[in-house]
Amino acid sequence: MPKFPFLKNKETENKSKVFIPSRRDFLKISTLASGGFLLGVNFQCSGPKGELVTFAPNVFISIDSDNQVTIIAHRSEMGTGIRTSLPMIVADELGADWEKVKIVQAEGNEEKYGDQNTDGSYSVRMFYEPMRKAGATARYMLIAAAAEKWGIDASDCHTEKGQVLSSGGKKINFGDLVEGLKDKEMPDEASITLKEFSSYKLIGKDIAIYDNKDIATGKAIFGADVDLPNMQVAVVRRSPVVGAKVISYNDEKALAIPGVNSVHKIEGAGIPPGLDKPLEGVAVIADNTWAAMKGRDALEIEWDLGENQQYSSAKQLDEMLKSTTGNGQVRRERGNFNSARQGAGQVLERTYLAPFYAHATLEPPAAIADFREDGTCEIWAPTQHPQWARQAVADAMQMDLDNIKMNVTLLGGGFGRKSKPDFVVEAAILSKAAKSPVRVQWTREDDLHHDFFHAQSAQRIRATLDKNGNFSGWNHHTVFPAIGATASATELHPSSGELELGCIDFPFEVPNIRIETHESKAHTRIGWLRSVSNIHHAFAISCMLDEIAEAKKMDPVDFILSILAENKDLDLSDEIKSDFGNYGEPLEKFPWNTKRLRGVIEKVALEADWKKMVSEGKAVGFAVHKSFLTYVACIVEVTKGNNGQIIIPSVHYAVDCGIGVNTDRIKSQFEGGAQFATSLAMTSAITLENGKVQQNNFDGYQIIRMPQSPKKIHVHIMESMEKPTGVGEPPVPPYIPALCNAIYKLTGERIYQLPFKA
Amino acid sequence: MEKYTITVNGKKQEVTASEDMPLLWVLRDLLSMKGTKFGCGQALCGACTVLVGDEATRSCSLPISAVGNQNITTIEGLSQNGDHPLQKAWVEHIVPQCGYCQTGQIMNAAALLKSNPSPSEAEIESAMAGNLCRCGTYNRIKDAILTASKS
Repeated sequence: MPKFPFLKNKETENKSKVFIPSRRDFLKISTLASGGFLLGVNFQCSGPKGELVTFAPNVFISIDSDNQVTIIAHRSEMGTGIRTSLPMIVADELGADWEKVKIVQAEGNEEKYGDQNTDGSYSVRMFYEPMRKAGATARYMLIAAAAEKWGIDASDCHTEKGQVLSSGGKKINFGDLVEGLKDKEMPDEASITLKEFSSYKLIGKDIAIYDNKDIATGKAIFGADVDLPNMQVAVVRRSPVVGAKVISYNDEKALAIPGVNSVHKIEGAGIPPGLDKPLEGVAVIADNTWAAMKGRDALEIEWDLGENQQYSSAKQLDEMLKSTTGNGQVRRERGNFNSARQGAGQVLERTYLAPFYAHATLEPPAAIADFREDGTCEIWAPTQHPQWARQAVADAMQMDLDNIKMNVTLLGGGFGRKSKPDFVVEAAILSKAAKSPVRVQWTREDDLHHDFFHAQSAQRIRATLDKNGNFSGWNHHTVFPAIGATASATELHPSSGELELGCIDFPFEVPNIRIETHESKAHTRIGWLRSVSNIHHAFAISCMLDEIAEAKKMDPVDFILSILAENKDLDLSDEIKSDFGNYGEPLEKFPWNTKRLRGVIEKVALEADWKKMVSEGKAVGFAVHKSFLTYVACIVEVTKGNNGQIIIPSVHYAVDCGIGVNTDRIKSQFEGGAQFATSLAMTSAITLENGKVQQNNFDGYQIIRMPQSPKKIHVHIMESMEKPTGVGEPPVPPYIPALCNAIYKLTGERIYQLPFKA
Repeated sequence: MEKYTITVNGKKQEVTASEDMPLLWVLRDLLSMKGTKFGCGQALCGACTVLVGDEATRSCSLPISAVGNQNITTIEGLSQNGDHPLQKAWVEHIVPQCGYCQTGQIMNAAALLKSNPSPSEAEIESAMAGNLCRCGTYNRIKDAILTASKS
């Protein structure tokens, strides 16, 4: 089974050699005379004798003798704010002047930076401590140098705003200490004390993103914005059905279009299509994007459409739903559900359907490659996973990794789409074929037709109440084409990794539980979308729990609290038929704690004034869902507008993500998460007929617009000293069922299929 | 291929392009002005919004042959130093997430404030309905426009 990048084992990454201090790896001092050594930073000449001296205690920090502090952002910026949040951790421990810190984006290089796969909401979780240590190490060395200079004890010194200060009032700029650090030994990691949380100036505060003004002035550089001399533009006609092969093509009309220069075939992988390979296609290469688009439209291609040409997603969804009536593969078992069912006073049985979703990042995929005569290739791409992209290019072109340089631009949205390097590989192949730098440009139609979709799903849940009305049994059937099937056609069941996303980690105190999966085949490329299978699992589970509460005539919030253990670290390993992955983290380090889940439930009910809203007859819905180790509860309020349209006046979230690093970006992720989830719930769906995607652009695949968007989104961050977890994905799952439960209060109709029309 | 002279941010620019080339690609590919973004090519998302005269216009769907001598304003020309009230408000509210749609949002909002200097929330929602944001920054966009309208 392929290993999914978002479930990568985190333990080994934390021990990346980047963070083991050794003189060779850690202490690098250089001058202009010996050339730039570090991370592609271009040194400007200044300082004593015209030489700029740089102190770089590790790969993330450099301090120049002109006082410039540069911090490397090694994770990709796709809108979460990570390019700001990790460097600000370094800066806070260092005591740098944040207003003057320069942030430089790292190229993709695993040996140098450790894990750069920006996915799975784990950047802060994985790097909070290493980044603090990186900053603190530099601070120790600067303080030691200043103390030596002044002949005082290091304990009498501290750093602030780019200076070392003594308790006696002495001050020196970081830059003035750099020269003297040339021969200094690294402090032993064990001797370093990190700062007290209360003394942080940046961590735990609302900090503006580094690129704020560049974005507002149009200066920020995204994938397609990179310009190279003599660059051509490629637009590709890709296989209309996954697995289709080109029989022949006629490029006469395409080549007749002014500006079109050449036409090249790209070999696709066929079936399975692979997670890191291009689709089969024919590329038109031109002087500019418009000529390439027109050339592409003029291509005449004869396709062998292959085995997926009969595929209908609607028909498959029907079959998937039918399959859930039978016995499936048992993936978790507690007690005996059949006995519970036989002895039940009431059985509720409901089904839930959700469609394929496209990522529809507002920036369609684009990448620039410059394959040179000397056999090297330099790439610029909006990629979430530069290391995988680099490896995929090396594999596709049989190149040595060292001959590929992978630069990372800003991403105009990612949501999991830009983890997959297919578009980056296309650029490299086409640059080599065209013997010039090439930008491959996807159109919106390309993006929607050839995405790695979030899988459509069918679920059936049976819940039993015993003769006394107690919630006694839970039987959850889930079926959806697995991500793994994109790389291996024999994958017919969801993997345990996908089930741990909100399904087999069902946390409630029900004596009898059975969770089953059924077979389904992938007929298109399946990938991961913001919160992955948590999307459909949370929808089904939290909508069903709302119905059980109603059957028991209980308030939904009270009901959930009544079936949740008071304060327990859950260990489900005896019940789950596979190893419990816990998002790649050991349970000892990141326990599944019911008290923290209770905490967010109580907090959101308090802040939204749930009881009052209910007693006033407002249409409000509630749901709670932990994902990516972050605990989230959500309350959504709905009303009807003058034209009968749904209005969402307010959303309340309570989130426990441990220590909140950049509280403004936590809030912004939740604001955006609610908007993103509203689209999934109400407007977006991808369908396929005859193997082809039926939606072409934003008229067919709709995402919500400002008039439909939730009006006020309140985000309540729990105060916590627990280890930080991520916030990119966790806002999405509980929002959809909370909205559906609110719609039920408004209309009296339960929602069993997404997207719903109300 | 034809020669066209267009006025972008007050400056006359001569380009050679086919008559159907959208202004978006003239700006991005021929004039190397990258602030105006490509999102859909069908005037459905607003990422490519520029001002033609005072009107917000989707540059992906405006052929170069239809531009004539009207002044085009792009994000690069909205203000001298990035200090247009909307740009200042955008920074103050930390509106962007990924940032890709924001130049189009700002240009569309600039046209709104030219025609209606003090829009209500409902008027903002309706005027901005053509500009998609996949990250979901709509709440802050609205707040920033309200702030700018009061400055």
